[in-house]
Amino acid sequence: MKVTNVVLAGLGGQGVIKASDILADAAVRAGLDVKKSEVHGMSQRGGSVTSDVRFGEKVLSPMVPRGEADFLVVLSPSEVEVARPLLAAGGVLLGPDLVPEAKLPNRKSLNVALLGALSSHLPFPPAALLAAVKAALPERLHAVNEQAFELGRAAAGGSVR
Amino acid sequence: MPDQQLLSGDEAVAHAAFDAGVALGTGYPGTPSTEILEAFSALGGRAQWAPNEKVALEVGLGAAYGAVRALVTMKHVGLNVAADPLFTAAYTGVTGALVVVSADDPGMSSSQNEQDNRRYGIAAGLPVLEPADAQEAYDLFFTAVELSERWKLPVLFRMTTRVCHAKSLVRPRGRRETPRPGHFERDIAGRVMIPSNARPAHRRLRAKLAEIAAWAEEAPLNRVEARDPALGLITDGVAYLHAAEAAPTASVLKLGLVHPLPLEKLRRFAASVERCVVVEEGDPVIADALRAAGIAVESKPEMYRFGELDVARVRRIVARDTSPEPAPPRGKPPELCPACPYHAAYAALKKLDCIVAGDIGCYSLGALQPYQAMDTCVAMGAALGVGLGLRHALPPEQARRVVSVIGDSTFVHSGITGLAEAVYNPPPTGHVVLVLDNGTTAMTGQQEHPGTGRTLDHAPTAQLSIERLAEAMGVPSVTVFDAFADPAGFERLLAERLAAPTLSVIVARRPCILAAADIRKWEKAGAERRAAQACLAQAEE
Repeated sequence: MKVTNVVLAGLGGQGVIKASDILADAAVRAGLDVKKSEVHGMSQRGGSVTSDVRFGEKVLSPMVPRGEADFLVVLSPSEVEVARPLLAAGGVLLGPDLVPEAKLPNRKSLNVALLGALSSHLPFPPAALLAAVKAALPERLHAVNEQAFELGRAAAGGSVR
Repeated sequence: MPDQQLLSGDEAVAHAAFDAGVALGTGYPGTPSTEILEAFSALGGRAQWAPNEKVALEVGLGAAYGAVRALVTMKHVGLNVAADPLFTAAYTGVTGALVVVSADDPGMSSSQNEQDNRRYGIAAGLPVLEPADAQEAYDLFFTAVELSERWKLPVLFRMTTRVCHAKSLVRPRGRRETPRPGHFERDIAGRVMIPSNARPAHRRLRAKLAEIAAWAEEAPLNRVEARDPALGLITDGVAYLHAAEAAPTASVLKLGLVHPLPLEKLRRFAASVERCVVVEEGDPVIADALRAAGIAVESKPEMYRFGELDVARVRRIVARDTSPEPAPPRGKPPELCPACPYHAAYAALKKLDCIVAGDIGCYSLGALQPYQAMDTCVAMGAALGVGLGLRHALPPEQARRVVSVIGDSTFVHSGITGLAEAVYNPPPTGHVVLVLDNGTTAMTGQQEHPGTGRTLDHAPTAQLSIERLAEAMGVPSVTVFDAFADPAGFERLLAERLAAPTLSVIVARRPCILAAADIRKWEKAGAERRAAQACLAQAEE
């Protein structure tokens, strides 16, 4: 089984790290080996943030080699061109325009909406990813985020149920 | 046995420290090391933030003299601050265990330089252990404790950003030991490093290192993965993982102990392969040591000394490719938060055309757009000394524009001695020290410090008062001001102090916007706790 490389990109405060934690947790739940790495620190002050998530039977390096991301999930329009060189030829870009902000139940749920969009492409069931979303959030946010997840999933041409 | 968990390298070290019965963890927050003590505390370990890394190391050393297991954490530049006691701790050794974590930041994601702290272990004469991922960070920590106890030496545990902040699956062993009680045995000749005691201590240290080097020849933490003999890679830390992915058919010698090196094992490995390349991040520390020992190895080309390694770069190193690398994507730089209380201070500094001797913290961002109002930034606490030097050197009309700008946590860390210098050797034009006090160590993620009045786990403790300290030190003019609430008033105050020929401290105080809600919560909890204690005390009377 080939290692799947996902890079999430955005600005500090948008939930890039949270989304990557959720994705990594979902892969663990699916029984896969996972590595995740990010650079934070100064970057959390509104600057660019990227996080790499890799999963498969056996993952070695924690970093996605440049130009080898199978999926690039971008949360901020300003980061699309910045992050594009990370994407592999034939890789899938899931950008912030996929789910219009007006449709989101909550502006802060864009990260979960894009995970919903990503879920149609992954080698494990979308339900595993949604379960990881819920596990990472307090119960009062579950309904809103499930709605965002489904919006993203519908936008990418899939449905949870 | 607990199931496997997805943990960062930092969290893995915290779990290992807890499971190994570490009695005390101390350090100073610094990316990428900060989460170790936070996670250790959350697990139930006894953890505390020290005012700075030197104090942290001294406290950890004292605990280890007291026969318990101690952990001290810091980022790479923190070890510069702690270097003074580190070198002599190698001479005195310890009674319990002392593991010093150095979290290096190759590529400088959040640091002012990219020094390679393996060199500190070599310079001080300490064993240096280096894990590649979180599971290894967990496992090697136990080895570090065992090494420290067996040879009675502090051990340097070197991590890097992609070990500290990379998450992978870890299978913890479960708690094996609870912290044991400390005890003291007098050993004046062993611990009092006056020259007559230090001379034999240095010889003892070198003898211990020779023993450890012999042990390292057979120790499983340095392992050979024999594959195709056409290419051999000698590697350490996260570079091992990049190498294993970049050159899966190559033979590999993976070092877990990078000082002292198992030179005979390395010699045999190098001789067993046709071509031998050292793949290491940062400085060519291992490659130089091998060449000095007469072992023919290839080092990476100089261009790969800068920044982090990754799989693509290791492929290039193996292919001896020194063609220019594609430029990394230029992201958006960080900036002060929109409602940050520092905005008003920087607006005034810019408007008054101040020469700003700055420091390390969120306010370093004042050097960027839109203010570009920071002229120097060297090291923790350097704002004070550098500002004073500028005041001494510049003609009076320029000297009067110099301001030292420092944050609250950094002031406690190493600004206090700079303020003593300002009181002791005041420049003829006086000086202005601006302490930007947002009530937290903001840059690293809002940790407590002695000025917040709360301990690492946010419980109330005595509070160091910056303004009363400055007054007690003899600063003639000390003012506390909320620049955010009254920007015009702040600008007037700053202009007035700049014009005066005396030393003044201005504490611009307002909580960090990101931390304010939490601070209110902790203050409320603290007040409730104190009220309950008072009630209890009254009932007992």
